[in-house]
Amino acid sequence: MIEVQNLKKTFGKNEVLKKINVTIKPQEVVVVIGPSGSGKSTFLRCINLLETITDGRVLIEGVDITDKKTDINKIRTEVGMVFQQFNLFPHKTVLQNIMLAPMKVRKISEEKARAKGVELLAKVGLADKADAYPDSLSGGQKQRVAIARALAMEPKIMLFDEPTSALDPEMVGEVLEVMKQLAKEGMTMVVVTHEMGFAREVGDRVLFMDGGVIVEENVPKELFERPKEERTQAFLSKVL
Amino acid sequence: MEIRWDILAEYAPFFAKGTLLTIGLSVVSIIIGCILGLFIGLGKMSKNKWIALPFNIYVTFFRGTPLLVQILLVHFGLVPLLLGETNGITAAITALSLNSAAYVSEIFRAGIQSIDKGQMEAARSLGMNHQQAMRLVILPQAFKRMIPPLGNEFIVLIKDTSLVAGIAVKELLYWGQALQGQYYRVWEPYLTAALIYLVITFSLSLLLSKLERRLTTE
Repeated sequence: MIEVQNLKKTFGKNEVLKKINVTIKPQEVVVVIGPSGSGKSTFLRCINLLETITDGRVLIEGVDITDKKTDINKIRTEVGMVFQQFNLFPHKTVLQNIMLAPMKVRKISEEKARAKGVELLAKVGLADKADAYPDSLSGGQKQRVAIARALAMEPKIMLFDEPTSALDPEMVGEVLEVMKQLAKEGMTMVVVTHEMGFAREVGDRVLFMDGGVIVEENVPKELFERPKEERTQAFLSKVL
Repeated sequence: MEIRWDILAEYAPFFAKGTLLTIGLSVVSIIIGCILGLFIGLGKMSKNKWIALPFNIYVTFFRGTPLLVQILLVHFGLVPLLLGETNGITAAITALSLNSAAYVSEIFRAGIQSIDKGQMEAARSLGMNHQQAMRLVILPQAFKRMIPPLGNEFIVLIKDTSLVAGIAVKELLYWGQALQGQYYRVWEPYLTAALIYLVITFSLSLLLSKLERRLTTE
């Protein structure tokens, strides 16, 4: 579903990603962990081209997104993204946030978009917040709205960029719960996170990144209990 | 100091005409200035340095030289060059519009760039193209932030219309000067003019703060 081939990314002289190769299968939940500055967020952002790719290729369902002829807007409708800072649109209500892209990009009718929005808000447990403005919500609520907004486009893949890192500890659970539900329903997910419990419980595979490379990858149980690489061991000993 | 109400009464119709012209000049120049300013602001934000360069030069020139000098240049230079002869009102509107466009472009640019770049990323990640993201997400938010500085700019522009009295455009201050010339009186004409300017600018600030409150989301 996602094929990353020899992906390289540099910011000026700084080489952030050095030859990344990953294949992600449909319905797989891949969790990316690693110290800050390891390039894991940049890796995620390259998958929907929020970062320009310096070298290498990324294929989404066989379509090369680095090809200049590819319509990236079309690809992005299939790849939802959830940000650390939520990035809700503050000038629109919760429901309008969710309805905007389906109406303007997918061109579905307002009634259908509204019905979809109401359904998704119920799904993330925020049916009563439809007409509230984002500024009046807590962090956890904002992030659940952001997830609903991304899901409204009915994407085939969901990318999560540290979705719980900006939240107060007591709100982390409610967001992870929504993500777990999504994984259970068979969504293909790539999740950059520091939540090791989530990685262990929900992840089909864990990638450990450091210094712009994937140092080690394995099923969660193996990677957490028997890390092979020294750098993985050092990182895990600090966070577990 | 004794106020001579009789000469004020005599000049009242002229002050009224002048006030209307002052308002007219301001409104037209603000509208043209805003449209031009938006284009110049977008041009300045171009990633291509060669496209941005002429817009940068424009803004540098019009912000860096006195408006009175610009008015004289347009009145005695630019307008005759283009139309064959000069025309006070055309020159006034041209100079005021060109000048305010430079300031407005900076307000637009600052407003747009003040919006967190996560907003653009979120919009793009949902499949919107750059133009949709600008129109639906960035500009509505930027516009709200632009209201206070735009309000300042409009007020400055209204006051600056008084400078075109210097090229014999018959706006408010022109009639004040005419009154002084005829009766050798100072307080009556200039206090009256000042008061009328104050009423116009104060009404505008009330209007703008009302608009700003209406756009508040909470």
